[in-house]
Amino acid sequence: MTRSRLRATLVTAATWVLVLIFFFPVAWMVFTAFKPERQAATVPPTFFPALTLDQFEAVFNRDMLPYLINSFSASVGSTLLVLVLAVPAAYALSIRPVINVRDALFFFISTRFMPVAASIIPIYLLLQAVGGLDNITWLTILYVGVNLPIAVWMMRSFLAEVPREILEAAQLDGARLGTEIFRVVLPLVMPGIAAAGLICFIFAWNEFFLANLLTAQVARTTPPFLTSFVDGRGQFLAVLSAAATVAIIPVVLAGWIAQKQLVRGLAMGAIK
Amino acid sequence: MSAPTTTRPRRAPAGGSAKKHRLAVSRALLWPALATSIILTQVPFVMTIFYSLQSWNLLRPGERGFTGLDNYVSVLRDGSFLSSLGSTVAVTGTSVVLSTLLGMLFAVLLDRNFVGRGVARTLMITPFLVMPAAAALIWKWSIFDAATGMANWGLGLVGLPPVAWNTELPIVTIIAVLTWQYTPFAMLILLAGLQAQNKDVLEAAAVDGAGPIRTFGWITLPHLRQYVEIAVLLASIMLLQVFDPIAIMTRGTGGTKTLSYLLYERAFVGLEVGEAAAYGVMTVLVTIVVASVALRTLFKVFSSEGIGR
Repeated sequence: MTRSRLRATLVTAATWVLVLIFFFPVAWMVFTAFKPERQAATVPPTFFPALTLDQFEAVFNRDMLPYLINSFSASVGSTLLVLVLAVPAAYALSIRPVINVRDALFFFISTRFMPVAASIIPIYLLLQAVGGLDNITWLTILYVGVNLPIAVWMMRSFLAEVPREILEAAQLDGARLGTEIFRVVLPLVMPGIAAAGLICFIFAWNEFFLANLLTAQVARTTPPFLTSFVDGRGQFLAVLSAAATVAIIPVVLAGWIAQKQLVRGLAMGAIK
Repeated sequence: MSAPTTTRPRRAPAGGSAKKHRLAVSRALLWPALATSIILTQVPFVMTIFYSLQSWNLLRPGERGFTGLDNYVSVLRDGSFLSSLGSTVAVTGTSVVLSTLLGMLFAVLLDRNFVGRGVARTLMITPFLVMPAAAALIWKWSIFDAATGMANWGLGLVGLPPVAWNTELPIVTIIAVLTWQYTPFAMLILLAGLQAQNKDVLEAAAVDGAGPIRTFGWITLPHLRQYVEIAVLLASIMLLQVFDPIAIMTRGTGGTKTLSYLLYERAFVGLEVGEAAAYGVMTVLVTIVVASVALRTLFKVFSSEGIGR
């Protein structure tokens, strides 16, 4: 008995060591954010710095707020639009099957396989032609295109789990389509909608490729803005760490709070 | 959660016209999403194909003309495409395999009951949530910097010489970041798989005297197969398009010029619209090959839930 207990303790200790090693870069980044710049990149590393909030102040003096607001507009806006489009579509695909469900599903998911890079050239030139570069609305619309297929696919598998009896009962009671969707189906798949929304929000908040190419000043979002902290004269690590810490907070907190939804969402609803 | 009761008369039993009506409603529900998807993804791709048949450099707008397959010939002659394809396969393949193996290790470790398990899981999923741009910057400057990085400090602790990661081994830095970001993703899916196991079977195996290793090999692994498939598949789809760390950390040096980055370079640095479009079409063809294999597997996994009934 004691031998197996010893072994369990050892495995637990090993687990914690590995987990902490894995988490180290994040912890070190947050720690570095509270250092003065001259103690941020030293040999050997400074473990007992003079803690300071200067870097966060510097980050906001460089006007990080507009970039965060742009990120929020694009992420929240595109997530809401995606859900408005994806829920009815998924409903049509799962509960009231259209003739060729398979083809429709295949189409949606195949658009996600297609590298964004493959359609970026016409998108860029079109936006340039209509004056849509550096415009947060257009970026939001493009994020809808990126995230819609994932949301449809996920919502479909959540909706497929709604017991048929409930729907049939509602229909027999003469519930109209609107009632059926809003009063019966939606409350049942709320967790699924939360999962789909969370994933769309995460992808949009973290997206770099489109944001980097299609925005410049006005509509710049946080990911490309972060790269501006690297400066050729060195001595930027503390302020970069502070900016990166601020940038990751919304998504990290959302993911921590909604871990269960995260798992289901990541697996596109394939996992119960 | 009861169905709303109304006093309206019941509907007539579904006949031909009712069925037609239902279909029409379904189509109306599906249409907005389908149209949005087509306009935002398919139309630009068709335009890309059109551009790829033209000789068109943005620096010489007057000389735009139709050239047929010339761009494709130069793409295949160039050699950049093949080496880039090699880089893409190397970076994606290595990262996916490492993420899956490490994800499996952490999933097995976190499947046990131990003190602070919830906290450990929360810490473990964090790298996946970290913005890739932030992860790339922090790994490049804080971990892999040759002089002041934590990686070389760690090597020094165990008496090893420092390594010039960013300049000598750029591909290692990319694979390290991608593996770090996708291990939690694989872990979460595999952990869900472990927790979906039938506990009675495991107990029966223990009663029959099978040790943990034999139980894992004979019972757990076969059960996990489809979860491994899902994890590998979804990670491959995401990593095939990887761009952020390459643009931020290596700018395509040292064998890290993946297809996405190559295309970006040709289009937005070289301003060769026609040629870049041809690269885009070729990239899609490659992705379709990978994706069709992947999709077949996906449908096998999902068909247990009755797709396409």
